[in-house]
Amino acid sequence: MQPTHASRRILLPVRNWFIVLTLFVALLLNLIPFGRLPGIPDWVALVLVFWCVHQPLKVGMAAAFVLGLAMDVADASVMGQHALAYVLLAFAAAGLSRRVLWFPLSQQALQLLPLFLGMQLVMMATRMLSGAEFPGMLWFLSSFTAALLWHPATYLLLIPQFRPEDKDVHRPI
Amino acid sequence: MGRHRAPIFFESTPALMSVVGHAPPPFFKRGPAPLVRLAFFVSLSLILLVADLRFHTLEWARLGVATVAWPLQRITWMPIDAAGDFGGYLTRQSSLLKENEELRRRQLGTANLLLRQQHLEQENKRLRALLDMRARLPVEGRIAEILYAARDPFSRRVIIDKGIQHGISAGQAVVDDIGIIGQVVRVFPLTSEVLLLTDKDQAIPVEVQRNGLRAVLAGAGAGMMELRFLAANADVQAGDILMTSGLDGVYLPGLPVAKVVKIDRDSAYSFARITCAPLAGVERHGLALVLGDRTALPPQPDDAPATLDRPAGGKRAKKKAKP
Repeated sequence: MQPTHASRRILLPVRNWFIVLTLFVALLLNLIPFGRLPGIPDWVALVLVFWCVHQPLKVGMAAAFVLGLAMDVADASVMGQHALAYVLLAFAAAGLSRRVLWFPLSQQALQLLPLFLGMQLVMMATRMLSGAEFPGMLWFLSSFTAALLWHPATYLLLIPQFRPEDKDVHRPI
Repeated sequence: MGRHRAPIFFESTPALMSVVGHAPPPFFKRGPAPLVRLAFFVSLSLILLVADLRFHTLEWARLGVATVAWPLQRITWMPIDAAGDFGGYLTRQSSLLKENEELRRRQLGTANLLLRQQHLEQENKRLRALLDMRARLPVEGRIAEILYAARDPFSRRVIIDKGIQHGISAGQAVVDDIGIIGQVVRVFPLTSEVLLLTDKDQAIPVEVQRNGLRAVLAGAGAGMMELRFLAANADVQAGDILMTSGLDGVYLPGLPVAKVVKIDRDSAYSFARITCAPLAGVERHGLALVLGDRTALPPQPDDAPATLDRPAGGKRAKKKAKP
């Protein structure tokens, strides 16, 4: 069974420390210096979108802004570049959250792909307006890997909320 | 926004519990509307962008955060370090022997020059004293290891393992065994950022080794550089070696920089398009030498209002060095 709205699986409530922990781990993953290797996904963006879609009341634009500032320092990029992109990403993801969870996971990934691409376009626009060079088309590959990782990430991040399935046919839900 | 319609789902399909949080949406304490929050954070980000890009006022914040995050960053290098160690373990003995041989041969080849350099320097000093010229001060360097390329895909920077603690300051030139790599632009306590020559923001005053023609070399991205503002009939040939002219007060004169690869003389434009490739291993990683600060140039004449008091002069060197 899939962890979507359309499934009959009931999830436990999420724990706040788990959200914080996953975002922190994503930040650490983003700090790994891969250099210019194309196709490395933006882990922070992926986890942020996940929580914005699944817990829009807990994770929103404020968290996105703070994470964006952290990424700006870590990446040696311009202050505000990631912050702007992540804030717009969080807004779009929260707007999408009530609809997208009714689809199967592969279609969810398909709907989230434009969000990741849009985030990269925002970053590119801010930097190229200030005179930076074009990073090449391969840079956009990371959005596609992020969308591909949506399926495993969903299961991974929902593990603490799953509970053992019990097969009681008399229970109403 | 759409999320306040949520309770409809609960009513129409009671069998399907929501996975979007078990708590009901807060009806009374909602805070500002999403659009308002979006506008707030977007404008905050834009303010930061302008403050950093235009006024460069956020360096202190960057320094603070980077210092606090240093241990975390150190942890995240471990997988890359481990991969490097593993790769080194697998290096075959034959290739090591070959490299050793090659290095020894190169050392012998340059030994002749090195042995004579001391003599030449003494002679140079004496001749300069005779001519009553200012003595050229020896510049010391500090060996640093290039740790990794910065993740930012829009600029070409590398991080080296020496920082404020080791006496590195912004504006110093970084060279490898062949020529110039770039310039230190940002210093943290234990690391610093080097802007590579091939970055679009980097400009360096050069002269053609063959005839002493002065020009400005600027990064063109994609590992190449461009010789700018030279007339279409300027005396430059493919294969010419460019070296620093030292006019900017940042780089020492006479360091090899690049080689002219292609010249496109189109009479429709007033300038020739001259593409150059860096001589040093700019995009390669390894050891580098951070040269110490150059001694101050003599004061500029009065008619050119001083642009001299900028320490990180590499970016603005264009204006100063135009012949």
